[in-house]
Amino acid sequence: MIMTNVNTVPGKKIVEHFGIVQGSTVRAKHVGRDFMASLKNLVGGELKGYTELLQDSRKEAMKRMEEQAALMGANAVVNIRFATSSVAQGAAELFAYGTAVRVE
Amino acid sequence: MEILFQNLDLFIFIVLMTLGYSAGTWAEKKHYRSIKKREQELLKMAVVTAEGSFPDDRIAKAELVSGSVVVSIDYFKRLLAILRNIFGGRVRSYESLVDRARREAILRMKEQAKEQGAGMIINMRLETSTIGRSANKKKRVGSIEAIAYGTAIVMNQA
Repeated sequence: MIMTNVNTVPGKKIVEHFGIVQGSTVRAKHVGRDFMASLKNLVGGELKGYTELLQDSRKEAMKRMEEQAALMGANAVVNIRFATSSVAQGAAELFAYGTAVRVE
Repeated sequence: MEILFQNLDLFIFIVLMTLGYSAGTWAEKKHYRSIKKREQELLKMAVVTAEGSFPDDRIAKAELVSGSVVVSIDYFKRLLAILRNIFGGRVRSYESLVDRARREAILRMKEQAKEQGAGMIINMRLETSTIGRSANKKKRVGSIEAIAYGTAIVMNQA
């Protein structure tokens, strides 16, 4: 599956549009990590646990989007956008959406 | 000893503040040094926010690349920012936080593109969001996440 965030797939031609596909996931981290993060909050700097968590969740959201696109018979997703929102304390929603197309 | 126990909360506060100040400043300087060094190394990788158009036969591969980072602010700076809220004006401590997060995210995206042998990244987009415990409270930003994503272009050798 080819993924881009531009209107086309550079170097290829779009032959068919299938419409919007999306994938989302809501994740929270476990208490231990939360505790470590609040300790790290005192001294500042990168929170590696959170970074990894969000990267994993974003991959998961992308995978769901990809599966949806594959069901439609697409072989590429163009114009992908990401969005993040915190739905509850300590939980974040990762959202990815794009247009499924078939390219040649 | 007696005095110390009577003023335990004040004592803890002072310890946290000095710890936040010293460790936070040290970590920030170290981070900035590493950012500058890696920015020099990746200078040749062009990143543009425009889509651009290319002759079809010259492109070997186009793929989505992204980089993200979560950075949190230290105790001392958070205090400074709360004070700043009273008087208004530039909140320097947060400026450096956001700057660091964005530059780090862009660097990680570039590194990912380099691994795939790409020469440039087009249509780069940046996004930031606040996460963590204090995310839903107003005026309290604890940690922020920055994401950078774009389409990496691998060119054919012409």
